[in-house]
Amino acid sequence: MPCHDAQFRGFTPKQISRRWFFEQCGVGLGAVALSELFGATAKAETAPADPLAPKPPQFPAKAKNVIFLFMAGAPSHLELFDYKPQLAKYNGTNPPPELLKGYRAAFINPNSKLLGPKFKFAKYGQSGAELSELLPNLATIVDDIAIVKGMYTDAFNHAPGQLLMNTGTMQFGRPSMGAWVTYGLGSESRDLPAFVVFSSGKKGPSGGDSCWGSGFLPTVYQGVQFRSAGDPVLYLSNPAGIDNQVQRDSLDSIRRLNQMRLGATGDPEIATRINSFEMAFRMQSSAPELMDISKESKATLDMYGAEPGKPSFANDCLLARRLVERGVRFVQLYHEAWDQHSQLVKDITQNCHDTDRAAAALIRDLKQRGLLDHTLVVWGGEFGRTPMMQGGDDGRDHHPNAFTMWMAGGGIKPGITLGETDDLGFNVVKDKVHVHDLHATMLQLLGFDHTKLTYKFQGRPFRLTDVHGEVVKELMA
Amino acid sequence: MLLRHRLLLASIPLAALLCIEAQEPKPDFSRDIQPVFEKSCYGCHGAATQSAGLRLDQRDSVIGKVVTPGDAAHSELYKRIAGLTKDARMPMGGRLAAEDIARIKSWIDAGAAWPEQTTQAPVKKHWAFIPPVRPALPAVKDAKWVRNPIDRFVLAKLETEGLQPSPEADKATLLRRLSLDLTGLPPTPAEVDAFLKDRSPHAYEKQVDRLLASPHYGEKWARQWLDGARYADSDGYEKDKPRFVWFYRDWVINAFNRNEPYNQFIIDQLAGDLEPHATQAQIVATGFLRNSMINEEGGVEPEQFRMEAMFDRIDAIGKGMLGLTVQCSQCHNHKYDPFKQVDYYRIFAYLNNSHEANVAVYTPEEDMKRAEILRRTREIEGELKRRNPDWQDRMARWEDAATHNQTEWTVIRPEVDDISTGGEKYIPQPDGSLLGQGYAPTKHRLKLTANTEMKNIAAFRLEVLTDPNLPLGGPGRSIKGTGALTEFEVEEAAASAPDKFTKVKIARATADLNMPETPLAPMFYDKTNKKRVTGPIEFAIDGKDETAWTTDAGPGLRNQPRKAVFNAAGPISNDGGTILNIYLSQKHGGWNSDDNQNNNLGRVRLSITSDASAVADPVPANVREILAIPREQRTELQNEAVFGYFRTTVPEWKDENETIAELWKGYPEGSSQLVLEERTTPRVTHRLNRGDFLQPAEVVTPGVPGFLNPLPPNAPPNRLGFAEWLVARDSPTTARAYVNRLWQAYFGIGIVETSEDFGTQGAKPSHPELLDWLAVEFMDRGWDVKAMQRLIVTSATYRQSSNVTPDLLQRDPYNRLLARGPRFRVDAEIVRDIALEASGLLNPKIGGPSVYPPAPGFLFLPPASYGPKVWNEAHDADRYRRAIYTFRFRSVPYPMLQTFDAPNGESSCVRRGRSNTPLQALTTLNEPLFMESARALAVKTMTEAGGSEDKRLAFAMRRVLARNPTAEEKTELLGLLEKERAHYSDAAHDPAQLIAGETLPKNATPPEAAAWTVVSRVLLNLDETITKE
Repeated sequence: MPCHDAQFRGFTPKQISRRWFFEQCGVGLGAVALSELFGATAKAETAPADPLAPKPPQFPAKAKNVIFLFMAGAPSHLELFDYKPQLAKYNGTNPPPELLKGYRAAFINPNSKLLGPKFKFAKYGQSGAELSELLPNLATIVDDIAIVKGMYTDAFNHAPGQLLMNTGTMQFGRPSMGAWVTYGLGSESRDLPAFVVFSSGKKGPSGGDSCWGSGFLPTVYQGVQFRSAGDPVLYLSNPAGIDNQVQRDSLDSIRRLNQMRLGATGDPEIATRINSFEMAFRMQSSAPELMDISKESKATLDMYGAEPGKPSFANDCLLARRLVERGVRFVQLYHEAWDQHSQLVKDITQNCHDTDRAAAALIRDLKQRGLLDHTLVVWGGEFGRTPMMQGGDDGRDHHPNAFTMWMAGGGIKPGITLGETDDLGFNVVKDKVHVHDLHATMLQLLGFDHTKLTYKFQGRPFRLTDVHGEVVKELMA
Repeated sequence: MLLRHRLLLASIPLAALLCIEAQEPKPDFSRDIQPVFEKSCYGCHGAATQSAGLRLDQRDSVIGKVVTPGDAAHSELYKRIAGLTKDARMPMGGRLAAEDIARIKSWIDAGAAWPEQTTQAPVKKHWAFIPPVRPALPAVKDAKWVRNPIDRFVLAKLETEGLQPSPEADKATLLRRLSLDLTGLPPTPAEVDAFLKDRSPHAYEKQVDRLLASPHYGEKWARQWLDGARYADSDGYEKDKPRFVWFYRDWVINAFNRNEPYNQFIIDQLAGDLEPHATQAQIVATGFLRNSMINEEGGVEPEQFRMEAMFDRIDAIGKGMLGLTVQCSQCHNHKYDPFKQVDYYRIFAYLNNSHEANVAVYTPEEDMKRAEILRRTREIEGELKRRNPDWQDRMARWEDAATHNQTEWTVIRPEVDDISTGGEKYIPQPDGSLLGQGYAPTKHRLKLTANTEMKNIAAFRLEVLTDPNLPLGGPGRSIKGTGALTEFEVEEAAASAPDKFTKVKIARATADLNMPETPLAPMFYDKTNKKRVTGPIEFAIDGKDETAWTTDAGPGLRNQPRKAVFNAAGPISNDGGTILNIYLSQKHGGWNSDDNQNNNLGRVRLSITSDASAVADPVPANVREILAIPREQRTELQNEAVFGYFRTTVPEWKDENETIAELWKGYPEGSSQLVLEERTTPRVTHRLNRGDFLQPAEVVTPGVPGFLNPLPPNAPPNRLGFAEWLVARDSPTTARAYVNRLWQAYFGIGIVETSEDFGTQGAKPSHPELLDWLAVEFMDRGWDVKAMQRLIVTSATYRQSSNVTPDLLQRDPYNRLLARGPRFRVDAEIVRDIALEASGLLNPKIGGPSVYPPAPGFLFLPPASYGPKVWNEAHDADRYRRAIYTFRFRSVPYPMLQTFDAPNGESSCVRRGRSNTPLQALTTLNEPLFMESARALAVKTMTEAGGSEDKRLAFAMRRVLARNPTAEEKTELLGLLEKERAHYSDAAHDPAQLIAGETLPKNATPPEAAAWTVVSRVLLNLDETITKE
């Protein structure tokens, strides 16, 4: 994954302005001036060429952070958001042949019988959005979100679908949207990674590590996996027998020895190394503090359904809020559990039980803390599920032609439902939104023209939306 | 306030800061403007295409149209590139550098002078597409500095720039640099001493020769190649199952150590299998092309992902061998280079004619064992023949009987019930068989439906066939190529009453292989307590899910086609035809379908007969084929094969047969390797619209892009011919691309910075003549890689000190001019290897299966990983192998390596990033193996360095940095030692945890050992430690 020309094309530690280098680093003066760098004052916290230094967007924008709740495995739009009475009516019959022309399914013969929705729907909120009985908590905040029923994608296998949703292409080796966003905006947090990833549910995402990779962007933009139990970041704790005093003593020695070497060789890369060690030390205290949700009020914990010390999607949602509060740019939560080829009723009920309350609590919590305005929350999976049945009458196959996502905050128009599918929930018939359009819209909300957030690689400028993408203006407040 | 200050500073382009004092000269069209147009505009507004009717390569369509001479502000061209109108800013999808925009503005304002002749001049061929010729060596003033021709080119440029080379680095630094560059390991103190003592004129060259001869040289340089070859030990995508391809990795290491000429090195990897008398090594080499990922998630279309793999192969050849980025042409003509989409598919056509084969491979020791078994078998058979002079008559009589009265079988071509496959794809083959591909569920019951007009159907034959695309050739899909049939069941219905199925009673079954009852191998454990077994064919009709018929005849014998016949209790007959539902229940896999645990049948063919006496032909398929050849036309080998089977039918040769069977039980298991194997029936290649395999356009034939070298005369029209073309003497990019990658490894940046792209969009070479000289020298020396390494490391350029003055740093921040030696952090693998070597833990063993050093277990389990993966942490010497041997899961990269920018093998990478992050600091500080290294270094120091602190510190420092501490460093480190000794002597701070059971030397107390561990850890965490200076 980290394969790029970053050091020489993008931001290099050596790309340091003359003034900073000579005045602050004190090359030639040995360690004297350099030591100021790490004094208690906030002077020159990071080198100006720090690739993670906060950067302004291309134009003023509301959204500054993103929380992406990635429902990996692909939730059924037909059980959750997209109520289709006609599908119920035609339950057990074959779909119209013209619908299946050129259609490929992953597992089933496309000419399988239709399967009616398995759950009851009702209208909620002032907006009157239609939701399934599986989402009672989302129903309470439905006026704060925008439901996008017209999603469609190109992929119908999980790994390619997840890559497309995360990187804008089905192929490996491209930067993820979190990487693009941190590349564009940098990070407000000095002590935590700019892009943090959690994983809950039955298994990890099909796209693996590449879902949050940096592709050809500098590796500093890669998502860092956090764990909601144990060490949140790999190798965060001191090894056995090294207490904080010894760690501090060691780091002081390392710093002084590195300063001596900087004086001897003049290589500014050493200054960056010194900086990295100091940030590592800060992260050793800031990350555990972040992860300690036991200090949250009981009301907050209850609202999410979070339990300290017990890994769950709920804990991850609460942590996502805490990360955003601390200036982390992009938080992504993977919950892989939605691939209901069979046991649809049982499993989707369980999934909603595991996620609905926390996802709704996140919106409510962000809102009451005034964070929702500048935090864009996105909920959804890699594709939808077939109106046709699989595995008896209790499962659905992968379906790229139509699915539903929802978005909130960060400049999204609340309380709307956009897009419409046909009577069977098979194709989008109104306000189609491709994955590329979703990306273009997200970048727009963050203050970027998606055609202009580019990175030159292999001789051409690349972007998250490749050569596609239209901003969905209707979604914007 | 502070934040604003930082932002401001960060947003000023570096160029602006550096150019502040310089007076910008007046822009000249040919020098300053046309190159910008060429680089950024001609792709859409040039000779080939004229978007919006505009072309910028002709004066008349520019001047007075989009350019108003003398008035940039009213020139459309300027307004569009500067983003001053509401129309899209040009160029599309990017923008010009601020200084280019400024130059174009001042060029227009100054009158937009456009010399006549440039409009006439033909478009010059891009430099990299013209084969290199050896340039003359430039004259230099300071000829004394020059050690070899490389230095002339470097010095000539320095002299034009008014710069001086740096003095030679001190000997210890130089040896450490050289050792890290050639072997990836730091020098031992003894090696440093020997070099320091050696005052002979060729002391340095002796070290170069020593290191080039080290077997670790191959490990170091193989790693760079493996990045481009996107090597990894797993399939990638969702399942990301382990694959066993380390023979390829070891082949690369050996090729470097043997110093295989680079042209042969390339030919072997692209077409080793097609070379005359291809050796196992040459076949293994084609693993280069097979390092593509494989998607076996449920429900995938295998052809779609074969296409993805094809694209990946062309990408790897482009970046890794040609030095050209060809990926764009997958979907459309290259925007900037003369690479057409059809060129892409013509190369594709060369590669499109292979099986995705998986073959058994053997180590030299295993090969000797195989030869011995074969020799012993032939010996016993010879003895049988000698003792039975009438053996030929007897064999002829047996053959007559065996070829008499064969049952007539009718192949049926059933429909596959999609749901029953559990996500596996059974792909119909021309011979009526079904080939299992894609996802392999460990338990499923395949339902096949066929219609037949046959009356009195009496028996069913199931053939389980081999296929190059199955593991080890099959006939099953387990990693050994075996499969098991849990149950064979049939239902029948009259075609006139298609809903009324009756179960067909199977009276008896026969097979050509009936192994004794054997408990299922542990790899198929399914987490139940059931006693699951495999054995004879009766197990497939006993109605039990615990028992199955197996095709596994043991090592050396298992990858052969097998057959079974199932006789119905009574004839099946329906007027107007019969519908048959045949179920092949395959439930003898393990619990985890996301791992290599399937035990499925790989390629199956079904036939029916009305012959009630039908039995499974006991004669193996290969022998049956030979029997069809007239006796007198058979070769010696074929006769031996027939005898090899015939002897097993002779009852009185029981002892000999048993002896041979016993011998074969010792047949080596070998390993597997993914390779290419040419198909006998070629595939037809189409250009694919937009690169979509569902949109084939016209048919294309193999061929090479016209703007590069022509095909060599007599090049065969296959992969071999393509490979020969790639390394032809007149290839413009192949040699340049490789010497550039060598250069990049030494100096951090290639002579062409964009080592994957020498096309028009790539970077310009910093030393074009040097690049050409090196490329020609490389070819003239017979593509001798070690010779080029020697040339580079013995140059004065390489031997310079890497210390930099502020002036020089300002002049040349990236060291493109090479007025100093290279200084940068070593690659991920070497970061680890340095710690292991310095501490004395390193296990220097070369080659073999990949190993599992410590890693956090949760990474390999859901929800961190998609499926549970096996990571059996090594607790023996494998724990301390070099990092090149660490097992690489693509979806769960080894954390330490990933943190230090190692690519994960998802696509070809010829240029790694080199980041410097807090996560790296946490790794070297806290990761278990680094901690073990610190502890081991402390113990080694206390044990071997004597009692004095000075000596100990020097010992440890020399192991890590190959030099003695300075006075200042000594004060710092001994101060730390003192402090930590006191800390761990305090009862509140138990040193036991830190020294963790290490055996301490007699004179060392635990607080002493703990303090030295802290000091060692500090040494291992220094910038210098992981840096090549």
